[in-house]
Amino acid sequence: MSVDHATVRKIASLARIAVSDAEVEAMVPELNAILGFVEQLGEVDTSAIQPMTAVIPNTLRLREDVVTDGNIRDAVLANAPAAEHGFFGVPKVIE
Amino acid sequence: MSNYRIQGATGDWEVVIGLEVHAQVVSNSKLFSGAATAFGAEQNSQVSLVDAAMPGMLPVLNGECIRQAVRTGLAINAEINRWSRFDRKNYFYADLPQGYQISQLYHPLVGEGTILIDADEKAGIPEAKHIGVERIHVEQDAGKLMHDQHPTMSYVDLNRCGVALMEIVSRPDMRSPAEAGAYVRKLRALLRYVGSCDGNMEEGSMRADVNVSVRRPGEEFGTRTETKNVNSVRFVMATIEHEANRQVDVLEAGGKIVQETRLFDPDSGTTRSMRSKEDAHDYRYFPDPDLLPLVLTEEFIEECRASLPELPDAKRARYIEQLGISAYNADVLTAEAEMARWFEKVLDNGAEPKQASNWVMSELFGALNRLGKGIADSPVSPPQAAELLALVADGTLSGTLSKQVFEIMLDTGDSPAKIVEERGLKQTSDTGAIDAVIADILGNNADKVAQYKDGKEALFGFFVGQTMKAMGGKANPQVVNELLKKALNA
Repeated sequence: MSVDHATVRKIASLARIAVSDAEVEAMVPELNAILGFVEQLGEVDTSAIQPMTAVIPNTLRLREDVVTDGNIRDAVLANAPAAEHGFFGVPKVIE
Repeated sequence: MSNYRIQGATGDWEVVIGLEVHAQVVSNSKLFSGAATAFGAEQNSQVSLVDAAMPGMLPVLNGECIRQAVRTGLAINAEINRWSRFDRKNYFYADLPQGYQISQLYHPLVGEGTILIDADEKAGIPEAKHIGVERIHVEQDAGKLMHDQHPTMSYVDLNRCGVALMEIVSRPDMRSPAEAGAYVRKLRALLRYVGSCDGNMEEGSMRADVNVSVRRPGEEFGTRTETKNVNSVRFVMATIEHEANRQVDVLEAGGKIVQETRLFDPDSGTTRSMRSKEDAHDYRYFPDPDLLPLVLTEEFIEECRASLPELPDAKRARYIEQLGISAYNADVLTAEAEMARWFEKVLDNGAEPKQASNWVMSELFGALNRLGKGIADSPVSPPQAAELLALVADGTLSGTLSKQVFEIMLDTGDSPAKIVEERGLKQTSDTGAIDAVIADILGNNADKVAQYKDGKEALFGFFVGQTMKAMGGKANPQVVNELLKKALNA
């Protein structure tokens, strides 16, 4: 598996990261080197092995359905670049 | 088989519909955080640092949400997956601070099930039909955006962010707007019986993504479009109608249907493309590394099963077969969980089922309609209704008197026994009193008595009316009939 310029631009766009042409140029071989490294795993025969979901042999614990959190609006909004009337303000996004 | 067809210029088209219904799970706290879920709270007051996706926060699964989804699955006879898992669905939007929604793509909690929609001749559903449910998975809701509060900014309220949703995905088994409407109504009724979702579409507790395609009858499925977030049964049906006709127009003009996301506009009743979502479909799902697999024990599932109430289809059958209630009455009385609960409380208080069902259907519904109230805020309680019915059954009240007493009950909230006692509305079978009144009336209307005896038997009604009037409507009509006949034929 390998990526080309178009794929790198698409990944960057999906991740909302701006990349310049020069950066794309540099990133294509870098990403391909990483992919090549990971692809070494393909040499191992895993046909009889269940995919692993977690690295510890444990399952999810279930929490009780009680309200233990919230009512911390000031803390939630503390780092917002624009907080108005108790809302987060963001550049207008509308269809 | 539905015979709903779109008549195009080049022939008939069949419509194929699948629905993804998002139902908000009834729970006190959110799916992965301890913040509250109540509707209508002050903006951003029900948000934890987990919901706001602050760095280092970790999700902890709410057991009640899982229990409710499993109960819902059992109610539609679905497979419950003992092993399931959460995945991240990645996309950027201002209402989703995590940058991904925690959902279940590869291993959903609930597998294949089925929902029965009832026959409705008038709506073009000639016979009952099973609609397949492909899966139910559990996921997080997003926050709410407000666009009209500021000239250049949108405001974000994260109270809803992280609230648990069940996504209930149907098979593309529906073939008309009516079938889709019946499916949503039945699903809503089931959720309310189970108690896993309040089904309140106005508050956004249930919303549907509507998948529509058209094809020539019997041919392969066509390309579908998905109309997002439709929030009423009527709008679901309008979406299908508009979208199917639009697709037929495009195809007949030689065009192609593009698989795309659309929006329904309730004002115009039309749908339009959401261009911005064009490449948003690349969600790059992967297992959420913050969450371990969810494994359910048989014991947990059996507890869920044991906690289920009697469901509408079973209840309806029992009403008809065991209680002797008419099919039509049984349909109406079991359609809503709240209605059935109210009715059964009347029976628990000793009322006879058939009599009670008729009274509820005519008198109670008539009154509630008039007052613009639902069963939940009925001014008359089930024990009071049972008491009223008992007074009719034992002859204390005639039909007419019971209506009068019921009106007073609606006004005052008093018990029927108290009303009867205080206002002397008791029906009398006191033959002495009735005989005296009859004697008076016959004496004052000698001409009419003569006409009656000459064969004008229609006058009997006149005498009954006069007697009842003189008795203030309280005479037992049967006794009046008997005594009048005796007096007139003497």
